[in-house]
Amino acid sequence: MGNDTEAASSAGLSLAARRALWAYAFLAAPLIFFVIIRLIPAAAALFISLHRWNIVSPQRPFVGLANFREVSSDALFWKAAVNTLRYALTGVPAQLLLGLSLALLLRRATRLRGFFRALYFLPFVTPVVAASWVWQWMYSPSFGPLNRLFDAVGLPPQAFLRRPDQALYAITAMVVWEYLGFQVVIFLAGLDAIPAVFYEAAAVDGAAGWRLFRHITVPLLNPTLVFSAVYGVIVYLQLFTQVLNMTFGDQGGPLGSTMTVVLYVYIQAFQRFRMGPAAAATVILFGALLVITLLQLRVFSRAVEY
Amino acid sequence: MAAPAVSPVARPGGGQALIMRRGPGDALVYLALAGGGGLVAFPFVWMLVTALKGPREIFELHFWPQAPTVANFAQVLGATQFPRWFLNSLLVAGITTLSAVFLDSLTGYTLAKLRFPGRGLCFVVILSTLMIPTEMLVIPWYAMSVRLGWIDTYWGIMFPGLTSAFGVFLMRQFMHGVPDELLDAARIDGLREFGLFTAIAMPLVRPALAALSIFTFLGNWNAFIWPLIVIQTPAMRTLPVGIALFSGEAGSAWHLIMAASSLAVLPVLAVFVVLQRQIIEGVVLTGLR
Repeated sequence: MGNDTEAASSAGLSLAARRALWAYAFLAAPLIFFVIIRLIPAAAALFISLHRWNIVSPQRPFVGLANFREVSSDALFWKAAVNTLRYALTGVPAQLLLGLSLALLLRRATRLRGFFRALYFLPFVTPVVAASWVWQWMYSPSFGPLNRLFDAVGLPPQAFLRRPDQALYAITAMVVWEYLGFQVVIFLAGLDAIPAVFYEAAAVDGAAGWRLFRHITVPLLNPTLVFSAVYGVIVYLQLFTQVLNMTFGDQGGPLGSTMTVVLYVYIQAFQRFRMGPAAAATVILFGALLVITLLQLRVFSRAVEY
Repeated sequence: MAAPAVSPVARPGGGQALIMRRGPGDALVYLALAGGGGLVAFPFVWMLVTALKGPREIFELHFWPQAPTVANFAQVLGATQFPRWFLNSLLVAGITTLSAVFLDSLTGYTLAKLRFPGRGLCFVVILSTLMIPTEMLVIPWYAMSVRLGWIDTYWGIMFPGLTSAFGVFLMRQFMHGVPDELLDAARIDGLREFGLFTAIAMPLVRPALAALSIFTFLGNWNAFIWPLIVIQTPAMRTLPVGIALFSGEAGSAWHLIMAASSLAVLPVLAVFVVLQRQIIEGVVLTGLR
């Protein structure tokens, strides 16, 4: 920086100071935005969770942890929390397993690979609300194609979205359908990143088929697997649109069997105007997501060396 | 996506040949892929065949429409403000995408390429917002919108999407790849700081910009929970909110619900068919950093 003094004398400011001013000018709008639209509202959610408030009343008395106690003694919240875990624990393994199988099959297909990849990816770009209504109509007990198929192969008809023990899995199937193609694309990229020399070396040592998959593919695909699992869990923990639309007339499904944490928040806040308990539930959700994100950072900070 | 490098030593039965093996198994591979593809595509077929059926025919047993009709589409377009909802979505997704892509790249560039006191702090502030889920913010946003008169306005629908922390991180990552020597050379040639960003840095990160644009647009086009809360009148509805509330009121008029769904889905599919390479490569680029 030999011409620092020259610039300083001409502008009255050092080059570094001028560049810093530019940086502040560039960051001003986005920073103000992030503070006003994200950080302060997040603090406000915490504030509301500690107060009693119904949005119309000007009074907002401090109630300590009363909202959290109320939420934690609400059977519907627990139902929503358990359901949300159930969605994640069935949906994530299902889409990882199906996604990996399809990706491995696609790698063996030399022709039409691009076509199939695009076909599987279609649901991921399909508008979610419209797709949810299509699936609701597919699950129609009397007129849907699924029960016709069941009938054709001699199985008894099912109520799907109208039965407390089936509705949650019926919705999970739709979400898996939606994210499957994304998963396939991520796995294909992960598989492509594994250097061929590993397969060659293992083949020289006599490994093949399952052993190759078990001892080369799976360990070297581990970062992709962890990313996919964490991403999937975050998606399922925030499930809302599909559930609201697929059980639209009976929100939360038969006996609350499809209720999720976010749907619970929506109903508490915007149908019952109980902002305090709703905010408390979002704080709990935030805590859960934070723990998962931090765990992910820990796993990823372990260096992955090929 | 680059094809995997061909092994220099062609050893029979070894290396690439193991993964790319051809033989009788091939037919089974294609059979499985086609079966899976059929299942994935079926909901689209079911949507379209229902949309083309008459109001009584949807409750009959045959699968294909006996007398295909486009009357359902006309009825949806006539009875609802569907064209308005479509334009609302286009406007909202278009403006938020332009804003987010510009601001996210500028922020990413500044954090990656300029040195200034407080850079670490700025980074941490933005990083921390990445962990806050939208669901936690909708109640405060609603209170804020009520107080500021943003309820049922385009600004009210759009403001959460004007920048995204994810976009900032993505662009910062890619801006790191812009060589400092190039920026310094352009500085010596007399380019101002903003010119460095638009003329030097932006063209170099074009693939990332394309990917970010596509995903920001898709995300805002599909946004549901916040628009559902902030929109009050039918004329202001975005497509997802319009479809949801229309379908909720349509009862068992599934021919109309499927026609409305088709009208929402088909334009997106048309765009996907044209841009599918860029979209899928964008997933790889952004998803795996």
